[in-house]
Amino acid sequence: MEKFARDAVEFLPILMSGVALTIIVTLGSLLLSTLLGLVWALMRVSGIGLLAWLSAAIINVIRGIPIIVLLFYLYFVMPDLGITLTALQAAIIGLGIAYSAYQAENFRAGIEAIERGQIEAAQAIGMGWWLTMRRVVLPQAVRIVLPPYGNTMIMMLKDSSQASTITVAELALQGKLIASSTFKNTSVFTLVALMYLTMSIPLILLVRHFEKRAGHR
Amino acid sequence: MIELRDVHKRFGSHEVLKGITASVTKGEVVCIIGPSGSGKSTILRCINGLESYESGDIRIEGARVDRDAASIVAIRTQVAMVFQRFNLFPHRTALENVIEGPLFVKKEPWAQAVERGRALLAQVGLAEKADMHPPQLSGGQQQRVAIARALAMQPKAILFDEPTSALDPELVGEVLAVMRKLADDGMTMVVVTHEMGFAKDVADRVLFIDGGVIVEQGGAKTVLNQPQHARTQDFLRRVVHPL
Repeated sequence: MEKFARDAVEFLPILMSGVALTIIVTLGSLLLSTLLGLVWALMRVSGIGLLAWLSAAIINVIRGIPIIVLLFYLYFVMPDLGITLTALQAAIIGLGIAYSAYQAENFRAGIEAIERGQIEAAQAIGMGWWLTMRRVVLPQAVRIVLPPYGNTMIMMLKDSSQASTITVAELALQGKLIASSTFKNTSVFTLVALMYLTMSIPLILLVRHFEKRAGHR
Repeated sequence: MIELRDVHKRFGSHEVLKGITASVTKGEVVCIIGPSGSGKSTILRCINGLESYESGDIRIEGARVDRDAASIVAIRTQVAMVFQRFNLFPHRTALENVIEGPLFVKKEPWAQAVERGRALLAQVGLAEKADMHPPQLSGGQQQRVAIARALAMQPKAILFDEPTSALDPELVGEVLAVMRKLADDGMTMVVVTHEMGFAKDVADRVLFIDGGVIVEQGGAKTVLNQPQHARTQDFLRRVVHPL
């Protein structure tokens, strides 16, 4: 225990630089996946056949490719096509695209949970598609969508560790580097695990808050 | 002001409307009665473009109703609709429900919309419920808010789709009272209803629909008191004496 405390003091500063990158990757890909997910979901419920089909196709392709392969593709293959991304950019874009499929399905479920009658009422007072979405559907869908959205945030925080495979020195990779140079596997990976857990706890509490609020309406 | 000419509508292989021709003039109250599944509600839903129709012609003051055309928005602001299940927006207060259309569709200034919204809620007897959300209101109160929401668009006509069918019996009267007052004020109304008393007292004309066609129509008292057609007689007998 004493040995672990000493190791912790020694390794924490290095691991903290990994934490910073973990947070950047998570927040960046969260933002991108939310935006893309919203676009896919709105295409899906647009009522325009071609857009709905395209959205379904995109979601299925994304869902069918492992995140790690998507990351390799962006980081190692795109340069051959003349598009060079930094490891951090590739990580954010890759995770953002990968998770947009799950975000889209969640958003769609939220949108489709709104009663048909309310949409007709909105149309009956002259609202167009977009106004109906903005004023009637989305404000209510948000409450339904938030609890699963919080869970997605937790999964993304943990899956940001996959960025280590394309050399982003986030928490997991920093841990691996320290462990392989000091051979203090137990101390290092226990620390890494505890740090992920520490970051997850606020998110877990947030999900619980969302769930309470959703149950209250 | 509302003209239907030989309107046909089918859901899949089932033809719901088999050539409906009817008209409603300004200030008139027309009640549509008939057995369930006869196509009554479908007529209303076609009039404001919530449903499409395959052939025939529906015109509001000369403008053709086509749910896929851009003109449908203008038509819907002129012909309001009140639904069986109220369909209020549950995340907004009674007042917010009423001013939603004026603010965002008609782009009225906020202060003006709120002032008018409060006046309309007062008109339907709900001035003190302005800040309540729909789930906190009774069915009758929700339906009255829905009527205020329809009035807020300053429509030329209002379509009522079985406005009291989802209400507990003791709440029906308050909604009918509001509708009766509207009729007295000269509002053009098309009402799909099973309330024969209301039809007899308030309607100028009654259409009896069965199997997607207008079986009989005429003055309210004539159709309801001396129905000519056997199907109308049979229907009215069953409505008035269910046992």
